[in-house]
Amino acid sequence: MTAAIEVEGLSVSFPGPDGRQRVLEDVGFRIAAGEVLALVGESGSGKSITALACMRLVPKPGRIDTGRVALEGRELLPLSVPEMRSVRGAGLSMIFQEPMTSLSPVVTVGDQVAEAILLHESVSKRAARERVVALFESVGIPDAAARTNAYPHQLSGGLKQRVMIAMALSTRPRVLIADEPTTALDVTIQAQILELMRDLQRETGTAILLITHDLGIVNELADRVAVMYAGKIVERAPRRALLSDPRHPYTQGLLRSIPALARPGERLEEIPGVVPAPDDWPAGCRFSTRCAIAFDRCRAEVPAERALGPDRSSACFALEPEAGS
Amino acid sequence: MEAYVFSNLLVAALVVGGVVLARVVRRDRLWSEAMGELWRRRRGSILVVAAFVSIGLLDSVAWKGGSVVGDDLLASHEARTVVDRIFQGAKESSYSAPLASESFYGGEALADPGGHWLGTDLLGRDVLHRALKGVRVALLIGGLTSAIAIPLALLMGVGAGYFGGRFDDFVFFVMSTLASIPSLLLLIALIMALGRGTWQVCLALGITGWVGLCRVTRGETMKLRELDYVQASLALGVSHARIIVRHILPNLMHLVVITLVLLFSQLVLSEAILAYLGIGVSGSWGEMINQARNELSREPIIWWNISAAAAAMFTLLLAVNYVGDALRDVLDPRTLRETT
Repeated sequence: MTAAIEVEGLSVSFPGPDGRQRVLEDVGFRIAAGEVLALVGESGSGKSITALACMRLVPKPGRIDTGRVALEGRELLPLSVPEMRSVRGAGLSMIFQEPMTSLSPVVTVGDQVAEAILLHESVSKRAARERVVALFESVGIPDAAARTNAYPHQLSGGLKQRVMIAMALSTRPRVLIADEPTTALDVTIQAQILELMRDLQRETGTAILLITHDLGIVNELADRVAVMYAGKIVERAPRRALLSDPRHPYTQGLLRSIPALARPGERLEEIPGVVPAPDDWPAGCRFSTRCAIAFDRCRAEVPAERALGPDRSSACFALEPEAGS
Repeated sequence: MEAYVFSNLLVAALVVGGVVLARVVRRDRLWSEAMGELWRRRRGSILVVAAFVSIGLLDSVAWKGGSVVGDDLLASHEARTVVDRIFQGAKESSYSAPLASESFYGGEALADPGGHWLGTDLLGRDVLHRALKGVRVALLIGGLTSAIAIPLALLMGVGAGYFGGRFDDFVFFVMSTLASIPSLLLLIALIMALGRGTWQVCLALGITGWVGLCRVTRGETMKLRELDYVQASLALGVSHARIIVRHILPNLMHLVVITLVLLFSQLVLSEAILAYLGIGVSGSWGEMINQARNELSREPIIWWNISAAAAAMFTLLLAVNYVGDALRDVLDPRTLRETT
């Protein structure tokens, strides 16, 4: 079966003081139709760059060095610019983090969503507008017909994010990339939006790449999880397995730092330090500088990703059978 | 085609364009609300500006023939505008004070006693007539120059801000170069090179006037380009050209409108300075002021010529600036959001 989206060996670099600096190294994953893969990691781990690289929207002067991205078997990286433009929106769509700034303030929201439809399909303006109203209803915007004439500043953050989702789904994409879709929203609205995304995803069978640092959202929505650290995927597993039995020390650290799982009255555990900047990445395992169980080999060699069972893998020397000494 | 026919057609086109623009503004809720607010705040100034514009338009509609007072053979073969026809009272031979019935020097009886509300000048021309004819010239200078400078500024500013790279370097170089040459010297040099005349002066003013707006639009475009809705449009597969037309330009429009109004008054003043140096546009208020500067040293003083030109200029520019000031408040996105 061809995956809805398949990414392999994706590397992205930016020019730095000493030549090009890799910010993403050898990232790969595949998502089947109707599946949700969550990409989890701290700020600066390369989640958003992965998303942009899939869309071929890496901001200049960044560049995709190697790798391949295939959408339902169709290679995206060799496509010409106009061909890629027709894929964006139609086959592969994206929801952004900030609903406040993701809509143009001087165009009505209905027109903005209609624009996406008109761009990719040859339908009349009237038909496009009718679709917009239907879409607004399906994403749960009350009084949908009137709201199409509203300007973004007249809508609340939750409604704006619903508009963004309607826009991203307007062309029935096969894959939807959601970059922290609920980070900018209130907790109650977050729950509504997540529920909406889950419902829509079941209805349409769209594959979703969910980018987040919030493990609560992962638990709500994801089927499988990939954990990213410093430009690399360090662990991947089905959601339940990852949340109940994390293997990689980084994943374990992430889970221990969730307030809900800590015991009341106790100080919350944290992973010391921050994700090092790309020009600061240590030799060997990139997590070795912050890892509590790191040993000499971790600082010298780069651990490869190894299977740990069906559908799960991790890149850590401590998990290898011969290690442990 | 004779010049006056062209001028008539242009007036017709402007009127039609104005009506179309008014309809567009009326249909767009953001703009019609802003314009309503502007009208509430600055009714008087808007009416003054509208009166000036009407005079300018009436002075642009011309035709031949019609009755001519006092067998003026030359006049009967020239195309004369509506304003000319209103002031076709008899020509005097030289100066006369406002509403006087005899000439200023010599005390001879006037051909039209009491008919010259603002007196007559050295050549016996009605000063009110000249001041009103100056309206058209001022509007022409402001309008034509803006029509040159604003598209140029938008093209360069948006291009540089959006695409960056080499083009940005080029635009920035041109802007810095222009900004480092004293603008008056540059203007004089340009007019000397292009030749004198309305078009040439406007072109020269346009070439020196676009830098300010270009700088603003370049910066604003750089800011807008990074905003998520441009990224979101890219992610939806929208082309760069469409993003500029749909998302960048509309978000720059308030800047353009404000700059247009402020540029306008600055241009009319610049022309007065050029006229003072003897390289202005013929028939402008600047020219009237320039011609009148020796009259101030006469005894008794001849004050009405310079006063009429200065008062007309002052009134127009004050009204335009008042409207522009309110326009800035009304179109500021922050205040816009508060009013809705």
